[in-house]
Amino acid sequence: MEARTQPTTHATMLGRTPPGAAAPAGSAPPPLKAESRGLSFHYGKFQALKSITMPVHEHRVTALIGPSGCGKSTFLRCFNRMHDLYPGNRYEGEIVLYPDNTNLLDRDVDPIEVRMRVSMVFQKPNPFPKSIYENVAYGLRVRGVKNRNLLDDKVEASLRGAALWDEVKGRLHEVGSNLSGGQQQRLCIARALATDPEILLFDEPTSALDPIATASIEELIAELRRQVTILIVTHNMQQAARVSDYTAYMYLGELIEFDRTDTIFFKPRRKETEDYITGRFG
Amino acid sequence: MSDHTSKQFDAEMEAIRSGVLSMGGMVERQMTRAITALREDEDARLIDAVAADEREINHSQVLIDQQCAQIIARRQPTAVDLRVVMTVTKVVNELERIGDEIKKVAYKSARVRGNDQLTRLRYHDVVRMAMGAQEMLRKALDAFARLDVNEAADVVEEDDEIDVAFNGVMRQLISYMMEDPRTITPALEVVFIAKSLERIGDHAKNISESVVQAVKGKDVRHATADQIRAEVAGE
Repeated sequence: MEARTQPTTHATMLGRTPPGAAAPAGSAPPPLKAESRGLSFHYGKFQALKSITMPVHEHRVTALIGPSGCGKSTFLRCFNRMHDLYPGNRYEGEIVLYPDNTNLLDRDVDPIEVRMRVSMVFQKPNPFPKSIYENVAYGLRVRGVKNRNLLDDKVEASLRGAALWDEVKGRLHEVGSNLSGGQQQRLCIARALATDPEILLFDEPTSALDPIATASIEELIAELRRQVTILIVTHNMQQAARVSDYTAYMYLGELIEFDRTDTIFFKPRRKETEDYITGRFG
Repeated sequence: MSDHTSKQFDAEMEAIRSGVLSMGGMVERQMTRAITALREDEDARLIDAVAADEREINHSQVLIDQQCAQIIARRQPTAVDLRVVMTVTKVVNELERIGDEIKKVAYKSARVRGNDQLTRLRYHDVVRMAMGAQEMLRKALDAFARLDVNEAADVVEEDDEIDVAFNGVMRQLISYMMEDPRTITPALEVVFIAKSLERIGDHAKNISESVVQAVKGKDVRHATADQIRAEVAGE
């Protein structure tokens, strides 16, 4: 975001932060978009998250890594109150969304409102059994938008935002599930973008995709961080290294280390982190 | 350092590390031969052996660099593994250049031989410099083998001593040349020998700085000896 406002002369291009990379070490961190404070989460009697306090920087990609069962997906899902759907689940602590200081976990906050502001993209592409157009327009229709022109504009903008427009503009009324896996995942991203969310959550968005489709989703994530703040759970450590600005390493429901991705992958502070990312885990 | 889940990765890293150590052994052997050439009477076989060592060292450099490229391509090392691989590529580069300098020392020493005016010089200060450089090289390799940052910091400090010794030799040679212009040609050969020895000290220092980076994750290449000592003492 720092580079966009400057004229792109060669001098500024040389001096600027390359896209996809965090600001150089030592510069002030970007403002916070959200913050988890002392967040614990229980599935019935099982405590899946243990007092997690972690910042989420605005217009940055934060990756959550850790072995299976470490709580990274549970943590991600707290951000859009996905756990509300099942009885017996219990939150403690808070997730504060800035700039309005809303605690997402507050009982008085409507989870539907939260999900408008914090959208999610899942591991397996899950388009609705509807046309491409209706998949993207769905969130807006739920909101009560009926104006045809407005819907058209928003669908196009979202599909462009998800780098899918050029591939589907001639067949918007075909069924979404006819698309390839990578295209379906981008359709789900377009659907998530249509409501203008502030945060996008990705839960292993490329684990069902081939390397080319994976690369296009990663490229998209790098583009999307200009407009939204991104949290991504991934099993692929190299993917975390490639796409994220910040990385959090979790283990057994605890946040072991949070730092700039450059630091985590070159010289992490904690031995546990070093062992995990170098493949000495287990 | 505990083992990787992938034993194959462990084996590949170990092969690279031991490759560097055996390359270091070749350079040390070459250095011993060059010092003998500097001190003793002419022995053409010794010079040939130094040249053969240098070819072997070059071959090792290429081989180890290939292994590093392979491990980066296939394993995408991170954190300590990445730092060690990066250090290895730098260390083999430094060792190869040390090999070049040692070869120059051996060749030049053959050319100074038999020149009476300069024998006193050759047998004293220059040989002492060579021993200092040899000791720095030994310690730098030891620091690499054991990832010992304290020993690495010692080497960085010793580099100052070899620089002082170099300046001393220079002053001495200048007074020789001013006194008797006939000594200029052989004295210049000795200047080159001393310069090569001083460079060997620099390369040993570079190896040590890479060791600090591998262990501490901090680039100390342009830091002072005191700053490096402080970094090493940290944590």
